[in-house]
Amino acid sequence: MSEHAATTQHTAADGHAVDIDKHVRIYITVFVTLMALTIVTVAISRFHLPVPIAVSVALLVATIKGGLVACYFMHLISEKKLIYAVLALTVAFFIVLMFVPLLTVHDGYWMRG
Amino acid sequence: MEIPYTVEIRRDTGLNNGKIAIWLFLASEVMLFGALFASYILIRTGSTSWPRGDTILNVPLATFNTIVLISSSVTMVMAWASLMRGRFNTFRVYMASTVLLGGVFLVVKYFEYSHKFHDDLFPRTNNFLAIYFTLTGLHMLHVIGGMAVNAYFLGPGAKLYKTNPVWFTNRVEHSGLFWHFVDLVWIFLFPTLYLL
Amino acid sequence: MSTPAGVAPPKAHAPHEAHHEPLGFWRLYVFSTDHKVIGIQYAVTGLLFLLFGFSLMMLMRWQLAYPGAALPLIGNLLGEARMPGGIMLPEFYNELGAMHGTIMVFLGVVPLAVGGFGNFVLPLQIGAPDMAFPRLNMLSYWSFFLGGMTMLASFFVPGGAAQSGWTSYAPLSIIAGSGQTMWLFGMVFLITSSLLGAINFIATTIQLRAKGLTFMRFPFFVWAQFVTAFLLLLAFPPLEAAAFLQLMDRLAGTSFFLPSGLVVSGQVLTNAGGGNPLLWQHLFWFLAHPEVYVLILPAMGIVSEIIANNTRKPLWGYRSMVYSLIFLGFMSFVVWAHHMFMTGMGTAMAAFFQTTTMIISIPSVVILTALIISLWGGSIRFNTPMLFATAFLPMFGIGGLTGLPLGLNVADIPLHDTYYVIAHFHYVVAPGTIFALFAGIYYWYPKATGRKMNETLGVIHFIGSFICMNVVFMPMFLVGLAGVSRRLYDGGAAYAFAQPVLHWNVVSSWGAWTMALFQIPFIFNFFWSIRKGEKTGDNPWQATTIEWTAPSPPPHGNFLTPPEAYRGPYEYSVPGAARDFVPQSEA
Repeated sequence: MSEHAATTQHTAADGHAVDIDKHVRIYITVFVTLMALTIVTVAISRFHLPVPIAVSVALLVATIKGGLVACYFMHLISEKKLIYAVLALTVAFFIVLMFVPLLTVHDGYWMRG
Repeated sequence: MEIPYTVEIRRDTGLNNGKIAIWLFLASEVMLFGALFASYILIRTGSTSWPRGDTILNVPLATFNTIVLISSSVTMVMAWASLMRGRFNTFRVYMASTVLLGGVFLVVKYFEYSHKFHDDLFPRTNNFLAIYFTLTGLHMLHVIGGMAVNAYFLGPGAKLYKTNPVWFTNRVEHSGLFWHFVDLVWIFLFPTLYLL
Repeated sequence: MSTPAGVAPPKAHAPHEAHHEPLGFWRLYVFSTDHKVIGIQYAVTGLLFLLFGFSLMMLMRWQLAYPGAALPLIGNLLGEARMPGGIMLPEFYNELGAMHGTIMVFLGVVPLAVGGFGNFVLPLQIGAPDMAFPRLNMLSYWSFFLGGMTMLASFFVPGGAAQSGWTSYAPLSIIAGSGQTMWLFGMVFLITSSLLGAINFIATTIQLRAKGLTFMRFPFFVWAQFVTAFLLLLAFPPLEAAAFLQLMDRLAGTSFFLPSGLVVSGQVLTNAGGGNPLLWQHLFWFLAHPEVYVLILPAMGIVSEIIANNTRKPLWGYRSMVYSLIFLGFMSFVVWAHHMFMTGMGTAMAAFFQTTTMIISIPSVVILTALIISLWGGSIRFNTPMLFATAFLPMFGIGGLTGLPLGLNVADIPLHDTYYVIAHFHYVVAPGTIFALFAGIYYWYPKATGRKMNETLGVIHFIGSFICMNVVFMPMFLVGLAGVSRRLYDGGAAYAFAQPVLHWNVVSSWGAWTMALFQIPFIFNFFWSIRKGEKTGDNPWQATTIEWTAPSPPPHGNFLTPPEAYRGPYEYSVPGAARDFVPQSEA
């Protein structure tokens, strides 16, 4: 397949100009950050912090890492409102699913004394 | 008969059909893995004792796997970027790397699992192992699925680039979104199972 | 189609479809990617499953009316393993019960309401040539078909089909026979089908709607299918996860749902234990509650179209109906544990779920009230679709209102798991949703076939079904209030407190068997009218929505030129207009 000369200005699927070189620079930066954060999270785990703190720190680091992947690799930072709306709805129900069964079981008879 | 907005954008939404579809699919996947994480929380908080991940599982190996998967995410997005730059051969290199790194991930998982079985540690042994095998097993199925799609775009699917490069680039982008999501799930799975 | 600048323009190559050479029989009628063919496939398959699920219940009703009596003729056909001497074994009763529920909900109503009506009508109503992803659509149907076949096949495995209720509660479902494993695999196929379908519906509605068709100009049917698709998309995955966990428990010996120290038939289980049966209930009901709205929303959509059309008036309160629909869809995700009030829930969470459940009744009432008010001052035409659509209103009213005590956790104490619950939900689904589905079939049949169904047979079908539905289900409120539990294979005959109400079981059974007889005119009408029905033009009902501007039946691609919407969906009796309706896409 032929290769044409690389130009830095390209058009994304939605018609707006995309500076690919800038994007690639961001991808490399994010990659390095993700590597660093991976080392960080493993290193912190060696301290065997009390479970609630360990969970909070690990989740925080994971959220940052996940956020970077979502925002930059998945281009979420420049996505359309419709996609944001769908994801906001999903996140709301995700939170319900995470917390409500837990609250219900722990508020229940079987967990008393 | 042509379906509109398969390739070109619909102006008021700013999206093509495939982009909406893949995000809707990922939304459903968030709920799927969410349910499993919720199950993990319920089972763990309901148990009298729960082993710390690194007492049972191989953290160095999993850390390596995390690095492998994150790297494959980079090669995936670079594959798409290459297509945006019109560099088809570079695309092939990056896409092949993505598939290869996925393969490495699977090989490592194979060694992890067989080591556990060799040590008589099965899903039925206790709930920690049950949720470990189930969560990583389902994740692994998604890795395999993603690799299959990527291999298709590397192989027979690449024909589309000749006739409709824009459509092909978009499809690679959408496939990449799925691959990044698989990476994203692992970013949460890894600390949850191995480090806590 | 415009090409973004900066990239080599493609050679105007559309995605290749074999529409230039004539398609063979298999590609035209079996493996079609045309939404209309797929819609009809879903509808016919769904109707067959509805009939089968109904037949299972008719068998059960013999046992409920005459517990321990031998069933003449049919009883001897079902074998010694299930009905020795023609007398139903309790295990077989449980099998029938679990599969009746599963089949009616997942293989009957949803495929017909969403797969059938959604697929056939939605693209036509928004002026689209097909669904956004026709091949994915075909895949959805065949995934559903595989799921259905798996469910049917489960009757033939040793131990029989699933028999732990359609709810498959642990730990019973974990120790049950292999039919339960097939149920789980069947559900995975069905969930996959629904997920793929939901993605298709949402993408299609947003992207392929005609020019000028803004969201607030959508026919209410489109809104209903749109919200339903979101329910399917986001609520089904947790059940899929739960199915995987239950499969792990059954096949890999895990204990996700098995508590420690469980004793089965005098023996302590050797599983690791430490699991929680309530985890299954949470994951199951997280889906199953939104699922009941999946059952009702398309029905509301269908009824709305038919009422607007046959009153020759716009729907009253369209905006309120739409906002209520959206609010209802959202709330449906936070009420699920009202199915779990009796699981040892504490007062705080019980109060939470009771509150959300009371709140969710509001949008339902708004929609029902708006539909009732829509009748006021209308020039009502009582054709068969309208008969079923108007009957839906009080029937859904009874079903909805009787749900209120169930949603209050204290009132639920004596009512839970009794025949009161069965009566409540059947009123909503049977003379509720199923009547709406019948209405829809009579209404859109001319669009699909170019012929109308016979009115006389339709009226007989309606009157018979309406009376029989009430004969079957109204007494169940009394039986439930007397305290008779559901899922008792003798209908409560063994209990002293049940004796005064047992005769109602006989009434319900005869109502059910009579109702079966009244479906015969419908089944006959459905097939006979394909060839012999009164031929119609494009718009036999003088309707305003876009599907009626396409030929009957529409060709592949639906419209000769892409339609454009110029006004709202219900411009009936517009002052000064030439006719009593102005089509939405008429320039």
